[in-house]
Amino acid sequence: MSEDASAAPRYLERADFDRLLEALAARGYTVIGPRVEGGAIVYDELSTSAELPIGWGDEQEGGHYRLRRRGDAALFGYNLGPSAWKRHLHAPRVKLLEAARDADGRLRFERVPAPQPRRAFLGVRACELAAIGVQDRVLVDGAHVDPHYAARRESLFLVAVNCGQAAATCFCTSMETGPRVQGGHDLALTELLDASRHGFLVEAGSDAGAALLEALPTRAADAADIAAAGAAVANAAAGQVRQMAQAGIRDALYDRLEHPRWDEVASRCLSCANCTMVCPTCFCTTVEDVTDLSGEHAERWRRWDSCFTLDFTHLHGGPARTSAKSRYRQWLTHKLAGWHDQFGESGCVGCGRCITWCPVGIDITEEVAALRALPDPSANGAS
Amino acid sequence: MLPRVFTVAARHEETADTFTLELLAEDAADLAFAPGQFNMLYAFGRGESAISISGDAAEPQRLVHTIRAVGTVTRALAELAPGAQLGVRGPYGTAWPLAAARGRDVVFVAGGIGLAPLRPAILEVLAARRDYGRVVLLYGARTPGDVLYAAEIARWRARGDIEIHVTVDAAGSDWRGNVGVVTQLVRRAGFDAAHALAMLCGPEIMMRYTVVELGRAGMSPNDVHVSLERNMKCAIAFCGHCQYGPEFICRDGPVFPYDRVARWFDAREL
Repeated sequence: MSEDASAAPRYLERADFDRLLEALAARGYTVIGPRVEGGAIVYDELSTSAELPIGWGDEQEGGHYRLRRRGDAALFGYNLGPSAWKRHLHAPRVKLLEAARDADGRLRFERVPAPQPRRAFLGVRACELAAIGVQDRVLVDGAHVDPHYAARRESLFLVAVNCGQAAATCFCTSMETGPRVQGGHDLALTELLDASRHGFLVEAGSDAGAALLEALPTRAADAADIAAAGAAVANAAAGQVRQMAQAGIRDALYDRLEHPRWDEVASRCLSCANCTMVCPTCFCTTVEDVTDLSGEHAERWRRWDSCFTLDFTHLHGGPARTSAKSRYRQWLTHKLAGWHDQFGESGCVGCGRCITWCPVGIDITEEVAALRALPDPSANGAS
Repeated sequence: MLPRVFTVAARHEETADTFTLELLAEDAADLAFAPGQFNMLYAFGRGESAISISGDAAEPQRLVHTIRAVGTVTRALAELAPGAQLGVRGPYGTAWPLAAARGRDVVFVAGGIGLAPLRPAILEVLAARRDYGRVVLLYGARTPGDVLYAAEIARWRARGDIEIHVTVDAAGSDWRGNVGVVTQLVRRAGFDAAHALAMLCGPEIMMRYTVVELGRAGMSPNDVHVSLERNMKCAIAFCGHCQYGPEFICRDGPVFPYDRVARWFDAREL
């Protein structure tokens, strides 16, 4: 993109916010954004700003999530709900192929075309933008490209939001993914809300974003707007009570495969797989093969899977990971250590969802700290 | 991810639970592969299973898979008679280091059905026998009835240019061969440990102790190659099932230089 676009932040009044939604719709985008459903923030189709979680905030802790009235009319005054954007890109269920077998036993395969929706995501937080980047590295940047993910990803327009507050479960500053949006977006918003005004600092992150921004009724942002946006993001950074030190984490975990803490956490872990379902980067899937009643048609479906299930490592002779300890260890070491070897970065973006949505409140930051506090007694030369 | 259609040309019984399928592509195109690689075989409506290729890489027009019927998919594959069709995706994964083995002694160590993924490597070495030094095959099976490719092993033995030792875990009084674990055969084999390359395929516990024995014989861990196995759903490093430490066995393996995975070999339930 040109430097001009990023150099000129604009200011959009709250009263004009629907012009943004209209401009996206006019360009053929279906807008998906935050809404309140079932007592939680979820990402679903939107047509007006009235459908946003106006005035809602959230309260999060280990195993705890509640929406709370903020007492204002903020559009983005909450943090994260249980469901990441992953649901809309790396879909929970995808039909991979159809097969037919005729009366002579002859087989025929048909590829299922990947739908190419034209969608705009509205309200993508910095950590979530980072998570989309992480899944890009897994699903499109390698030797093989997942056509279903790529088709959904290609036409995507991303409207990011800089966080103005942190949940107690947030630790994006440790993972260096936020709270300020760092790239990969088309537009980035910072909500500015005080007694005198309600509006948004809008910055373009791409040529497409800059073009759309030009079509909106904005004015040039002034120094006060920029300072207020900076203060909002600083507030989100300062409000983070959790941390996870990253220096040396890969080898520290590899050196602690037999650490007693794995038994301790396994005594609490229910192997429910919630953490992997809410995680915005977990990408594992399994396949299901089904036939119709005639036995002549079969389908192959891919669906999300979790390394916490026994079936995940099933081989002749049984599962490779029978204990809860081994499965929690796999999840944590893959996310925080193996990912570096596989994709050159951490698999964690610090969104804190696995903490909030763990039914027993297991806290990844606390587990890592406990593991690193003591060397593995069985390891030689543990760091 | 779309399989090709193959037709069963022949089916051979190997042991009580193991059989071999010879397959021809409906599109008549070759399925070129390197020894050590595997395919995903699809049984209609039942699913896919990762199966090593057991045929001769010099005959890519005829795909050969030796399969043990142990699960839903492999039992369905066991029911396929000549003329029946199945789906094939592949080949996937890394190969045995046959180029690196040229000019050196070669030690094959197999356990059970682990001989099946080694067969293409053995065939390639025997086809270019002069390119290699001494060649040794050490093979362990549960019982004499579980010895795979018994007739072919007899033919290899008759050549006189490959040293073969077979052992079984348990046998009746009519068995005149070795009884015991395959690791015990290492010290009997004639090879120059300083200039040899070993290729291992079998249960992980068998490979772990074989590496120890080869080390005692003077072999360096980076001259030992192992073939590993895990549950696989996609074979292209997307589904996550086959992870072993940081490795995707489907993509980074199944054949690994031992020193690359040595760190994970001693960890249980990895």
